[in-house]
Parts: sequence; structure tokens; C-alpha cells
Amino acid sequence: MSNLKLIIKREFIARVRNKTFMVMTFLSPLIFVGMISLITWLATLNNEEVRQVAFFDETGLFLSDFRDSENIDYINYTDLTLENAKDSVVIKKMYGLLYIPKKQSNRELAKSVQFYAEEAPNISILNSIEEIIANKLTNQNFEEKGLDLNIIEDSRAKVSIQIENFSGEKTSKMANYVKMFFGGAAGYFLMMFIIIYGNMVMRSVIEEKSNRIIEIIISSVKPLQLMMGKILGTSFAGILQFIIWVTLGGVLLLVATSVFGIDPQSAGVEQSIALDGNQEEIQLLLQDILKLPLGTLVFSFLIYFIGGYFLYSSIYAAIGAAVDSETDSQQFMLPIILPLMLGIYVGFFSVIENPHGTVSTVFSMIPLTSPIVMLMRIPFGVPWWEVLISILLLIGSIIFMVWLAGKIYRVGILMYGKKPSYKELFKWLRY
Amino acid sequence: MANLLEVQQATKQFGAFTALQDVSIQVPKGSIFGLLGPNGAGKTTLIRIINQITLPDKGSVYLDGKPLRPEHIKDIGYLPEERGLYKSMKVGEQALYLAQLKGLSKKEAKDRLMYWFDKFEITHWWNKKIQELSKGMAQKVQFIVTVLHKPKLLIFDEPFSGFDPINATVIKDEILQLREEGATIIFSTHRMESVEELCDHIALINKSKKILEGKVSDIKREFKSNTFEVGLLTDNNNGLYKTLNDKYSVTHADFKTIDDQLKLKITLDQNTSSNQLLTYLSEKAEIMRFNEVIPSINEIFIKTITENE
Repeated sequence: MSNLKLIIKREFIARVRNKTFMVMTFLSPLIFVGMISLITWLATLNNEEVRQVAFFDETGLFLSDFRDSENIDYINYTDLTLENAKDSVVIKKMYGLLYIPKKQSNRELAKSVQFYAEEAPNISILNSIEEIIANKLTNQNFEEKGLDLNIIEDSRAKVSIQIENFSGEKTSKMANYVKMFFGGAAGYFLMMFIIIYGNMVMRSVIEEKSNRIIEIIISSVKPLQLMMGKILGTSFAGILQFIIWVTLGGVLLLVATSVFGIDPQSAGVEQSIALDGNQEEIQLLLQDILKLPLGTLVFSFLIYFIGGYFLYSSIYAAIGAAVDSETDSQQFMLPIILPLMLGIYVGFFSVIENPHGTVSTVFSMIPLTSPIVMLMRIPFGVPWWEVLISILLLIGSIIFMVWLAGKIYRVGILMYGKKPSYKELFKWLRY
Repeated sequence: MANLLEVQQATKQFGAFTALQDVSIQVPKGSIFGLLGPNGAGKTTLIRIINQITLPDKGSVYLDGKPLRPEHIKDIGYLPEERGLYKSMKVGEQALYLAQLKGLSKKEAKDRLMYWFDKFEITHWWNKKIQELSKGMAQKVQFIVTVLHKPKLLIFDEPFSGFDPINATVIKDEILQLREEGATIIFSTHRMESVEELCDHIALINKSKKILEGKVSDIKREFKSNTFEVGLLTDNNNGLYKTLNDKYSVTHADFKTIDDQLKLKITLDQNTSSNQLLTYLSEKAEIMRFNEVIPSINEIFIKTITENE
């Protein structure tokens, strides 16, 4: 077996056997699914509670309008006196008492409706009561002015703009959100992967240094080989972890859904989308997802994912070699965190606003931010030559960075007891 | 005797700091070669160059007559001064991994490891983690890993540090045994008594330059000053001292005796032989002790370094 393969295998096994790694791998999906289940369960709990609201209607106008809804039961207390009604609500522990006094005009009435309750009532309940009263009063006003309600209803116009591109394809209004979702998820995922597994590479370098095994190893293999082996072995462990997360998370979610009868969609955003749009809108949405350049998306995701990870983890490896302990590494974290954050912010603010604007384009070319920003831009459609330039720049800078990191690594792993500065690192490049 | 290793004019600079300047050494086949020098003299840099961990700025290295190449890694076994093992890895796995990195097949590595583990009676450590072992125990594993691939050239940097006297003797015997089997050994240490005991050749490096190299016996011959240590039994110690002091260059010596002897170091000039001194002394007193003062490596070390300052 070649030395590189041996190193990759050892690094992989060392990562995977680590207790924290195992716990994280199997616990995270459990926690994730548990959280989702808990939230959906709590949400349904809240919805199921039916509140009893008593009303005391002096006008007698609304008696037929307060119909029991999904979460409010209306009880008519108009027959009692107001005082008795109040007492009764308190004794029976009802949610509250709605008092509609008799007034000269509707205008005055609209201002003097009162709600008695132990605690400040729920906004959505108040809204629904207000809506009922307002509708009734509005309709009455219309009738007083001699307007026919049916005619008014008939003349109400509903507008829904249909979006179509110049070649006649219909698009859903949600199209941009879909693109944003796919690009954002890819970019965010890449950032998380870089931070988690880049740190692992760094820790493994520091470990070899502080164990003093490094000199024994590099008398057998080239430092660059060791560094590449570390980066690759750790990334394989990372990919395995993500596969387990996705599979286990999927299975658990499925189990949770079927066992507890919880529909995770009911709590999510999908619901509001589904309710807002009509059937045709949903159809178009699905079409939009299928119409995304999926091949290009997957292909470029792989390239930018691997490229970005290599670029950053070689920096992590160099930092690990330069310092003696993890605490010392903090001072060198800025060059990693800054471009990552910049990528994410440019992605979420600039790309979504204007995916082909100057800022987005420039940052999708700069190698340190391009993996994230370009991944976010691609769902919006990027000319192939822009992607090509960006990928070439990325590959070029990976080669440069691996070479640079290799030099720092080579010197750094044999340096003990010094807390190096940037100036010192620069000097190492010439050793 | 042919040289197994030759370093020619090796120079290495780190920035403005010169770690090695035109250092050449010749290590004869089958020798135990002591690489000596004060802290920071450049020994480790030289060793790293031989191990191809660092490349020299100038100069060349030949192993067995051929310029040093990456394939030579498997011909060299190196036990660095800064040494350790993966703490959370099991002893057996770790030894297998390091042996395979040196080019052994898994099976071969395992067979040889079993042999060594048996020899050191540590077979039961195989499934233990390094963090469960003591420092000395870990050192034994490191020693085994260094010699396992039967390299032609073995480089030990302070091999005895961390060992108790019993284990140090075990390791010393193993080193001698390896030499018997044909290995050449470079030995870097500050412990002069082990140099005295083991080395037949030495090189002395100070402030990035080599200042001394050769066979131990040749160097000692070169450094001896024709001085003799004598113990004399007389009636009149002071009188004899005065007489001798007029004739030769004499200093007081210090060694343990049971009776009151006149203890002296007498240095002779080129024209006087030891026999002449002996004859002269035998007429004056009863000679209880007469031996040539041979400088120890420790003395040579200190003398050369201080003169070089």
C-alpha cells in the first residue's frame, strides 16, 4: 500500500473511532428529529385548545354571527345581566367575555366594544372577533346607504399576475425563493463543512506536534504527503458522517411522522406557501424546481465543495503546524472566518437582491469567497464562461495555497515552544 | 574500510541564522559514530539533512556511495530526540502503521514485531493504548519501530533518555548487537560516558562548524600531552617534590590511596621517554603507581569547545 493510502486510512480510522465523533454522528440526527417533533407537537397542542368566549350583546345584532370556529366556542350570555355574566365567566373559567353595548350609531359602537378577560387575550382571537364585528357593521352601513350587498360582492376584483418568460414558459411567483433556497442551502452547508472538518484537520496536526510523533513520521514520508493524507482522511470521515446524518435523520423523521402522526410540514413554511397559492401555483413551483439546472447544480456543487474544502483545510493545516496548542491558533483564525462570513453575507444580501450585479459577480470570482457565492448564484443561471473562470481561479489558488501551506507546514511541525507571528510565518516561506 | 555515509560540505541557513556551515563527515561502515556538540550546535539539523527531512542549501550526502534519494528512507532508521507516539492509538496498530510507512508489508511487519515484542517481553502491551504506558515503556516501542525494518544506518538521538539503568543497559546491548549484525550507527548524545563506552569514531560540531573528527583512539593520541600520573612512597615528600619540580613540569594529582603518597602529574618534553622518567623515579622513591594520563572524551570535548570560543 502506498504511504498516502496508509496515512489516509489511519486518519480516517482515528477520526471515526474518536468518541466525540461517534456521539455526534449518532446523537445529532436524534436531537434534530427530536426538536422538529417537539416543535410540531407543541404547535398542534396549542391549536387544539378550544377557548370558550361568552358574549353579551345588547344590540342583538350579532347573535347569529358568532358561530363556533375551530378554536373558539361562543356562548350567548345576553339573557343575564352584565354583572352576572361577568361572574359566570369567572366562575366557569372561560376565556373571556365580549361586551357589545347599545349605541346610537355604528361609528360609536365600533369604538365601544369591550373584552373582559383575566389575562390579555390572544391576538388572533381578538382579530377574528374584530373581523366578525367589522364585517357585520360594514355590511349594515352599505345597506343603510342603499347599496346591494350582492352587487358589491360581484364587483369585487381579484388580481393574480401570471409570470411568463419570453419563450412562453410559465413560472411560479415563488421561483426566486426556490433558487435562493437551493443556493443558500448549498453555500451554508459548505461553510459548515469547512469550519467543522477544517478544524478537525488542524486539531489532528496539533495533536501530532504535541505528541512529538511528527519527526518519526516525517522521517518516513514527505510532509506534503502527510498533510494531504490528513486532509483527505478527515474529509472522508466527514462525508461518512454527513451520509449517516442524512440517512439516519431521514429514517427517524419517517418513523416520527408515522408513529406520532405528526406532519412536520404543518409547522413549516410550506404550509403558508401551500395555503397562499392555489393548485396551479403549486404545480408551477414543482415545475420550477425541476427546471433548475440540476445537472450543473450538482456538478458545480461537487467542484466548489471539494475545491473550497481543500483551499481552506490546507490553511487550517498550516495554522495547526505553526502553533503548539489550540489556544494559540485563535490569532490565525481571522483569515479563515472573515472570507467565509463575507461569502455568506454577500450571498444572502447581494446575490438575492441582484444575482448578476457587480458585487455578486466579483465575489463569485475571488477564490476564497467563490465557492459559497458562486454556489448561491448558480441556481439563478450563470453563463458557463463565468463559472469556468471562477473554477480555474479556484484551482489555481488551491495549488498555490497547498504549496504555501506545505512550506509553512514543513517548517512549523518541527518548531516547538515559539508563538509565531505572521512575520515569522512569512520568513518560514524562504527556509 | 569503506564509508557508509558521507556528508560533503553541507550548509544550511534559516533566514539570517546559519545552522550548518560546510560540514563534512565520514561514517565508516560498521562503526558506532558519536556526533557530539553543545546544545544548538547544529547536530539535529545535520541529522535531519541525513534523514531528508530538511534539504541542505549546499553540499551533498552519499549513502553507500550513491547520492541520497527518497528511496533511501527505508535504509535509515531514526530515533529522534523529540519523540512520541499517538496517545490514543493501540500499541500494536501504531507499530504496524509506522513499520508499513517504512515499506514493510503488513505480514512482514507483524512477524518482526512479534519477534521484538517477545524479546522485550511486552507482548501483552499489543492492545494497550500508549497513554496507558509509562514513558520508558513507550520508549521501548519507539526503539523497536526504529530498528524493525533492518536499516543499514541507524541514527539515535539521545537514545537513553527516559530509561532506567536496567533498561538503558538492555538498549545498549541491543545497539551493540545491531552493530554485530552489520548496521552502522550514528549516535548523538550529551552523555559522555556512553560515548566513551560505545563509540569508535566521533565528530564534534560547535557553532555550526565541525571542529574535530576521527577515530576515538587517534583523537585521544592527538590530545594526550605526554603526562604521567605517579604515586611515590618516600621519607621526605616535600624534598622530592622540590627536586622533581626543578627537573620536570609537575602538578599535584588527586587519587585515592591507603598510605601517604606523593601524588603528582608529570609532563615530559619531547626528548624524554617514559622509561627515562621511570628509571629516574625508581632511584628516588618506591613507585606505587605509574600510568599515562589519557584524556577522556569529556575533557577533549570541553577543551576543544573552550579553545574554539
